[in-house]
Order: sequence, then structure tokens, then C-alpha cells
Amino acid sequence: MSSPILKLIAQRVALGLLLLLAVSVLIFAGTQILPGDVAQSILGQSATPQALANLREELGLNAPAYVRYFRWLGGVLTGDLGTALSSRQDIATAIGGRLWNTLFLAFWAAIVSIPLAIILGLLAVRYRNGWIDKTISGLALASTSLPEFFVGYLLVYFFAVKWQIFPGISTVYDGMPFLERMRAIALPATALTLVVLAHMMRMTRAAILNVMQSAYIETAELKGLSPFEIIRKHAFPNAIAPVINVVMLNLAFLIVGVVVIEVIFVYPGMGQYLVDHVAKRDVPVVQAVGLIFAAVYIGLNIIADIAAIVANPRLRHPK
Amino acid sequence: MAKTQADSSDLLLDIRNLRIEAKVYPPGEAPRTITLVQDVSLTLNKGKVLGLIGESGAGKSTIGLSSMAYGRGGVKITGGEIILNGRDIRKGGTQGIRALRGREVCYVAQSAAAAFNPAHRLMDQVVEASILHGVANRAEAEKRAVALFRKLSLPDPENIGQRFPHQVSGGQLQRVMTAMALCSEPDLIVFDEPTTALDVTTQIDVLAAIKEAIRDTGVAALYISHDLAVVAQVSDEIMVLRHGKLVEWGGTRQIIKEPRQEYTSALVSVHEIAHEEKKPDASPFLSVRNITAAYAGGKIKVLKNVSVDILPGQTLAVVGESGSGKSTLARAITGLLPPEQGSITFAGRTLANRLADRSRDDLRELQMIYQMADVAMNPRQTVGTIIGRPLEFYFGMGGKERDARVAELLDKIEMGRGFVDRYPAELSGGQKQRVCIARALAAKPKLIICDEVTSALDPLVANGILKLLLGLQAEEGVAYLFITHDLATVKSIADSIAVMYRGEVVRYGPKSQVLKPPFDAYTDLLLSSVPEMEIGWLEKAISGRRMASAGN
Repeated sequence: MSSPILKLIAQRVALGLLLLLAVSVLIFAGTQILPGDVAQSILGQSATPQALANLREELGLNAPAYVRYFRWLGGVLTGDLGTALSSRQDIATAIGGRLWNTLFLAFWAAIVSIPLAIILGLLAVRYRNGWIDKTISGLALASTSLPEFFVGYLLVYFFAVKWQIFPGISTVYDGMPFLERMRAIALPATALTLVVLAHMMRMTRAAILNVMQSAYIETAELKGLSPFEIIRKHAFPNAIAPVINVVMLNLAFLIVGVVVIEVIFVYPGMGQYLVDHVAKRDVPVVQAVGLIFAAVYIGLNIIADIAAIVANPRLRHPK
Repeated sequence: MAKTQADSSDLLLDIRNLRIEAKVYPPGEAPRTITLVQDVSLTLNKGKVLGLIGESGAGKSTIGLSSMAYGRGGVKITGGEIILNGRDIRKGGTQGIRALRGREVCYVAQSAAAAFNPAHRLMDQVVEASILHGVANRAEAEKRAVALFRKLSLPDPENIGQRFPHQVSGGQLQRVMTAMALCSEPDLIVFDEPTTALDVTTQIDVLAAIKEAIRDTGVAALYISHDLAVVAQVSDEIMVLRHGKLVEWGGTRQIIKEPRQEYTSALVSVHEIAHEEKKPDASPFLSVRNITAAYAGGKIKVLKNVSVDILPGQTLAVVGESGSGKSTLARAITGLLPPEQGSITFAGRTLANRLADRSRDDLRELQMIYQMADVAMNPRQTVGTIIGRPLEFYFGMGGKERDARVAELLDKIEMGRGFVDRYPAELSGGQKQRVCIARALAAKPKLIICDEVTSALDPLVANGILKLLLGLQAEEGVAYLFITHDLATVKSIADSIAVMYRGEVVRYGPKSQVLKPPFDAYTDLLLSSVPEMEIGWLEKAISGRRMASAGN
């Protein structure tokens, strides 16, 4: 039964890996093209030529670019992301905790925003062109149109400064109790939810409305089903592929695109880590974070593709 | 139903002075309300079948759906009473209407392939209404569904419900949909052109299955079709509609044998155009020799060793059911699908297999007309631009010269010069097809390939198109390769016929020979499946068959 499906999925995964490899080349090449010299930036302007030459030798910077690329790639594949130039710390260890923090924040933002977006989308379709639809769409559009830093500061102003319900700075540390941790991420998670909600809700609405034109919706109506049952049972299952796609895109944004929100709330996640090290011109860190972001993005898109393939009964049950 | 009055106890549906309107939004004009159905009344007794017939836009489907208080798109029932089982359903409110849909009245759509939800198994959809309305619990409903599948002669009735719609052929789906309608034991079923989208050889099976199911279950039916011969097989009475108004209403025999209205007579006699076969005296200018073609990189052979000839100024009709390779033959000749083997000679020279390798003159001399005229034209170009395009492209015409030629072509297709500035959306189906003919003609071709050009049209309009094509052939000496599944069309227009079956030409020759017995099994099946305007034809045709249809 599943041989065409397995083949398609294998194709998607292989393509994803190939793409990731291409991205790794791009990231590496990009950081090589940047002006400046790593040894120089570590030792500063006052370094002696001899010290620079020694460090270059030590870091292996004199080898040709492709050798360095494969050395770097080999390290990445074995879990060695190199050493941060600025702090001389192992990058993999530093990223570990931060990646977990980012995923924690993204997870809770997703848990709230995805069901909310889909339910709002269903409601908007059910009461389409009525005031409920217009209110939902209007509010969702307004929240997307506001830049995320503005939403973030707005939340801080009201909930942290004025009413003092939630902390304005989302400090988290190891061994923090769960509820306190939740309290700490309440505002950034809300800000993220507001940013991604509208996109998912609008796409859900559009995908279902598209399906509502189909002849089988008329069949369902002529069976005497209620409007909401028609949407839930007959329209939604056929709109699932585009909905999954947009959900995955937004999930990727929740992980990869949190830079601004993390900086605003001083949340110790990947985004903040990246921004810090871009400022310090710490190339190995930027490369490592860039590669992880790319992997997350490509991975989630592969999942979206596979989900869309599996959701299609024509592929699941070939003739 | 105990206390219904005695004299009306058989009355199921009583529609009085029905009026249905819709709001339309014509391009560039203010929206306005048009009347689709005007003052139509009908009655239907329990267990009887009323056929509704008319061309598109006659309001057949609209009236049929009104028995479920349903209006498609912006269609609204604005006047009249619809009395079902003794109560006016329009006064029942949303809840009341929902309770009757799928319970008292069920619907069978024209395209079951589109009307089934692709995401659910057939069984779940078939029993859905029965369970929803509490007619039966799931187990009972499934048992009844299996029994209905068996009655409708579906293959593997025990398990076909576990399949998804895409795993079942069109003719089978149409029967599954009939089973779905019957499953909740309704009083009335609205059949909306249930066999129109099927091949003629499949149509006869589905028609017989529907007729038997109606007879055995005692359900009443509104049977909607544009094909009078089909309606005559299943209906007790027939109502002829035109432009949303009643033309004639009577018993089936009276309507087809003694029509009282002129329009009904036109419908009854529409199939016949007398066409004298031309003598095959000239030598062929296009010869297809031993063509083999395949899709999917050679895996699926769709044409096997096909050879036909076309004579100048004559018509070769290619007939067969869907999947027989008719359209693929056209694609091979035009170079859209380069054949794997074989050759095509045209006017004494061998045509390149691939479209890209052909000269502009080769392209000009082979033109095509398609089934769907509305998608074959750019909706943003005017008729003048559409017809003028080949004049510019092939002959480098421009300005006044082109305009004059466009006007001349419009005259030829019997449309006035006033149409030059119209957009395709402002034309009727027949007019659109005429514009496509003019566009093909503009290239001054030697051969026009007509791919099911009348299939999407109403019989009377189709008739007009066929007459036009014949007239143009006499005037311009153009040859046609006429692809169709409709044998009545073939009789009207062909000089020679090729019958195709599963990628092969099974019978080929001048019309008089091909249509003369003895027939091979497939041609016999094809010929005997064409509905005839005669009561009892269906039973006779079914019992006289030598070969079962492919069942798609």
C-alpha cells in the first residue's frame, strides 16, 4: 500500500538533506567573504605580525577554504561546533541550554496559537462575511500589522509596568520551578502568539473557503448537516494540507524568527545568543547558529511536506 | 399519515406557482435580479417518476433543488408554495429544512466524482444521512447500504464501501451515489443528470440500475436531463421547460409521440440531420500510418498501431468511449504527443513528430477546436482579438485588412459584426464555440480537428454547430477529424468512421459500411447503447447485448 508514499517521503527527506548541505556551503562561504580576519579580531589591532601568524597556524586558517569547510562540516556532523572566539567556550555546550530555552518558548507559543488560529479560522468561515468573521479578521490583521517589537513593548508597558502582573524581563535559569518559568515566558509567548496568529488564521480561513466551493459540500448540505458539521467533517479534512504548511512555516518562525522578541525580553535563547555574537564578530558562533536555524527550518518544512502527502487519500490509498 | 384526506393521500409533492430569482453581477454593470423560474407548478404522486427536460438555463435543476428548499449560489426561492407530504416546507424554518434534506428528499448529482468527499471512505458517506436523521444505527445502515450496492450491481458489494472515491470508476460512483440517496429511505429522490457525464456504454447500465432501484423501493423521483431519450426510459410523465417556464407537461408516450408544442417537437426530432456520404474518390492528404504512442515514458500505451486516412474536404469521425485513445490520436497528429513509432504524411510530405520541429505552415494547416470553448479562449481578449490573432500570426495581416477579414469570418459563423468587441464571458456556450470555429478557420487550414466540440452543448445548440460545420465544409473544402462519443453526431456529419477501443482501431471504413451489419462485438455494444426515443428501449437493449461494457 505505502510504496509510492514511502518513495515520495524518501525523496523529500533526501532533498531536504541536500538543501541543508547547500545551505552549509552558503553559510561557510558567506562568513569567508566578510571582510576582516579572525585572528586579527581575536588579538585586536595591536597584535604583532608574529602572534597573528602563530594564531592563524593554530586555528588552521592557512589551509585552503575547501579544506577548512570540510573540517568544519566534519566537526558539525560529530557534534563539535567549534569554539567561540570571544569567550573561548565550546559552542555546542553554550547552545545546548539556549536551544532548549528557545524551544520551550516556541512550544508554548505554538500550543496556544495553533489551535486558537484554527478555531478562529473555522469560526470565521462559519460566520463568513458576518460581523464575527470581520471582527476576527480585523483583529488578527491588526495584530500582524503591528511590528513585533511594538507588540512586545506594549505588553511590557501594560502587563509589567502598569499592572505588574508579569515580569518584563524573562530571566530563566536552570532548576527554575515550572510555574515560575511559565510566568517568566508569559509575555514573550503572548507577543509571539499575536505575531503568528493572523497568518495561520487567514490561511485556514482561505483554505477552507476554497474547499467550500466544492460539489461535495453541496452534497453534505443536501444531507441536512449543520453548517459547522459541514465545515468540520467535510471541508476541514480537505483543507488540511495548506493549513499544515502554514502552521509549519509559523512554527519555524517561532524558533528561527524570535530574535527581536528574545532581545526585548532579555530571554536567554538562540536569538539573543546570535545577536550578541554578531556584535562581537564571532564567526564560528554565527555559523553554528545559522546552520541550526537552517536545519530547523528545512526540517519543519519536510515535516509539512510529509504531512501533506500523508493527508492526501489518493496517495495513501492508491488505486 | 393517518388523517390525510383520502383523495390526496397519494400526493407527495405539490409545487404551486414557484418563482425563483437570482442576483447576477454582470461585468461592468450594476448587479441586477433575474428570474430563473417563473410560475411553475407541478404535482408528483408517491412512487412516480417525473422527468424534467430542457436545455441549460431552463431551470430544471433549480426546480429539482427547490423540493429540498435549496438554491445554488445566490439563487433564492422568492414565491410560491412547495408542499411536501402535506406541509409547506418553506415555512419550516432552517431546522425543518435540515430535517427533510437527506431524510425525505435525497439528491443524486450529475458528477458523483465531484459530489463525493475525497477524504472519506464511501461507506461513511453513504450512511451519513441515515445516522444523522436517526433512520438507522450504524450497523443497520451499513447492512442496508451493502444490500443496495448489491441491488445496483456494484462489484464486490461487501467491500466496495471501504474504498475511497478515487478508487472507484465514474459509473460505479454514480451507482454508489444512488445507493447513498436510497439508504435513508426517502420519499423522493432528485436525480440531476445522473448519467450525462458517463460514456454511452456505461450510461445504459447505470440507467437500468436506477430504474430498477426506483421500481423496487417505490421511491418517487424527479429525473432531470437534457436528453429526452434518456428521460423517456425512466419517467411516467415528462415536463418540458424552457427559460424557466413550463412548455408542456404530459405522459411520456404523449410527449415523445404526439408533442403538442413546437419546442417539444424540435427536441424530439433534434438528432436527425440528413447527411449524404461523400464518395472516397480523392486520394488522402493526411495519412496516419501505424502510430504507437504512450504516456508516462512509454509505460502506458494509449495508441497501438493506429492507421487512418483523411480525404480532402471530407470528415473522418473517430468514436469510442473515454480512455479509448480518441483525443490522444488528435494529440499525436498535432504533434503535442510525439508518437513512438509510425509516421504521419501530410500533403505528400512527412510531418515531423514533434510540434517544435514543424514549420509554421504545417501548424497553420492543422487547426483544433475543443470541447470546452470557454477555457479555450483568453477571457481578457475580445472576440475581434481572438479571431484576429491567427490572421496576424500566419498572414501578417493588420489594421483594416485584418478587421475586414474578422468581420467576414463573423458572418461565416452566423454572428453579427457587433460581436467584435464582446468578451467570451458575454457569449452563450454555442456562440463561444462559433468563435472558436472562426478562429480555426482564420488560419485557412486544410484540416480542423474537432475534439468533442458539441458534447458540452444543448442538443439544439449542438445541432446548429453541426449544421454550421457542414456548411463551412461545403464552402471552404476543409476536412474534419471529428472526435466524439456520440453516435447520433457521427451519423449526421461523418463520411468515414474509425471506431476505437482501448487504443486500437477496431472498425474503419466509409460510414455506410461501418454502420452496416454484421458488427463486431464492440461496435454492436456502442450502437445498441445509444438511447432511442422509444418506450421500452432500455429493457430491449439490455437483453439484446452480446458484450458487457468496460464498466467505467
